[in-house]
Order: sequence, then C-alpha cells, then structure tokens
Amino acid sequence: MNPTQDFMLADVPLQSRFLLGTAGYPSPQVLREAIEASGAQVVTLGLRRQLAGSGGDNGFVDIIKASGARLLPNTAGCRTAREAVTLAHMARELLDTHWIKLEVVGDEHTLQPDPWELTDAAAQLVKDGFEVFPYCTDDLVSAQRLIDAGCRILMPWGAPIGSGQGLLNPWALRTLRARLPGITLIIDAGIGVPSHATQAMELGFDAVLLNSAVAQAADPVGMARAFRLAIEAGRLGSASGLLAAQDMAVASTPVAGRPFDL
Amino acid sequence: MSEPSEASVNVNGETRTLRDETTLAELLVSLGHEPESVAVAVNGDFVPRAIRGKHVLRNGDRISCFKPIVGG
Repeated sequence: MNPTQDFMLADVPLQSRFLLGTAGYPSPQVLREAIEASGAQVVTLGLRRQLAGSGGDNGFVDIIKASGARLLPNTAGCRTAREAVTLAHMARELLDTHWIKLEVVGDEHTLQPDPWELTDAAAQLVKDGFEVFPYCTDDLVSAQRLIDAGCRILMPWGAPIGSGQGLLNPWALRTLRARLPGITLIIDAGIGVPSHATQAMELGFDAVLLNSAVAQAADPVGMARAFRLAIEAGRLGSASGLLAAQDMAVASTPVAGRPFDL
Repeated sequence: MSEPSEASVNVNGETRTLRDETTLAELLVSLGHEPESVAVAVNGDFVPRAIRGKHVLRNGDRISCFKPIVGG
C-alpha cells in the first residue's frame, strides 16, 4: 500500500481522503476557508423545497460551487426509496453530477438508515446510471446486499449523525474492512474529534466524511486543518504497518541481560 | 361560449389556481424561477427540465420545487 498514491474514488483520482460537509458554518467566508484548510476535494450538499420569493441562502451554495471541489449531493430527509430516487434525479439535473450520497432514514431518533428502503433505492439508482454512495450502518449483510445492488462504495456510520461519539463498534468496522476488501469504504457520521478520524483510517478505511465536528468547532478553519492532518496521519500509519498490540511487555532496548552483576 | 376552466394545484404547500392547460414550464416562470435554478417533481415524480413545456398540470397536482442548499 503506497500512502502517496492517489485515492481512486469512483474512478476519479484524488489526493485527499477527507470528504467535508457544508452545513452549519457561521458564514460563507468561514465555509470557504474551512474547505480550503481541509484540502477536501469532495464536498456534500443537499436539496430543499423552495417557494418563489423565499429568502436566499446568503451565498453558501455559490461558495461551495466556486470551491472547485467535486459535489456530492445527498438525499437527506428521505424516508422511502421513492423519495430518495426522485431527489437523486433532481440533484443530478441541478448539479450536473451522477454522484449521489444516498440517505434513507428509518428511525427519527437515531437517524439510522433503513436497510430495505436504502437497498431498493440503490438498485434503482444504479440502473439509472448513478454512482451511489449509500449512507449505511456497519451491518455486514446489509452492506453485502448494497453491493449486490451495484454499489462499489459504502459509507457506514461510526455513530449516529452529529452525535460525535466516534467509532462505537470497531469490531463491526474491522469486519466490514476484512470481508469487503475490494469496496471503497468511507466512514460517514459520528466523528467528533480528529483522533476518531485517525482511528478510522488506521482500521483500513479509505476515507472519512464529516461535517458537524468542523462546522461547530469554535474555530472551524483550524479544526478542518486538524482533521486533514489526522486523516493523513491515520492513512500513513495504516500504510506503514501498525504494531500489533500484545498483552505483555516486549523490551525495545537490545541490552544483554542486567547491566551489572552485583 | 363557456368560461375557461381552472385547475387548483398545490405548489410547495401553497394552493394556487391556474388557467386550464397551464404547463409546468409556464408555472415556474410565473413563480419567478429561472428554469435552470430549480428541479421539480409533480405528485412525487421527477419531471426533467426538457419536458416541462409539454407537462400540462391537472387539477389536484402537487408540485415541489427544489434548490441546492448546504448539507452534510
């Protein structure tokens, strides 16, 4: 594994493994600076119903489009496959991209994805020519069904969206990585602090997507840079061969027994 | 000669009365939307931009217009 090699995301070579969300920033200027500091080459955005004459967005979307990053629109708010498929088609027309972050939520409190609706929507969208990035849980069999539907990228949660709890089930995430070696795996949701992102990369994940931990920081620009470094560190560590943990001490200094025979 | 009939439709939650045979493209113009600034669904089904001019709205239709926003 060469850590300096481009990251291939849906056949697109990228240098950054950091995908950044664009919601909740204090101003368009801070968002612009945070995208720049993050080094992210993919940013997410959403769609919302509009009324003529309703207020604008204060320039946030213009900033996102001007960033030069690839756009990854989402289907946030959808509860059924039908809603998500419709919204995905709208996003493709509006933003001229066939990439879609597929979100179909099944529970209001945890915002946990609905695996059945998600898989149905993914299958339809793959047939319709989309590159589907499904936001899913860490359940292996659900992940395999998404792959059966034609997904080659999966975005399992670390923890519920916006909770900042980090990687709640490292065993399940390690299992996904081990069982799905050819699939691009991106941790999406639940990341709270930079070390969570490092841990995800050390588990062998291909990239990390996050939003709230940067947007809600006291200094979003500084936090964007912190996550950039954390993701790079985790990737470099993973690529360089991590030391296996052991229960007992293993002396590192090559001494010959005790220093004195007293 | 009979009076032209009308259609009552719902646009993003608001009721509007349209003259009969109004197309989706005509509705969007009347709402002040630039054609490329919104994506539209009628009764939950996406209507591509290219066919809005041929899509005649009917009484009871529910029209949803979407624009990009920030998102995670």
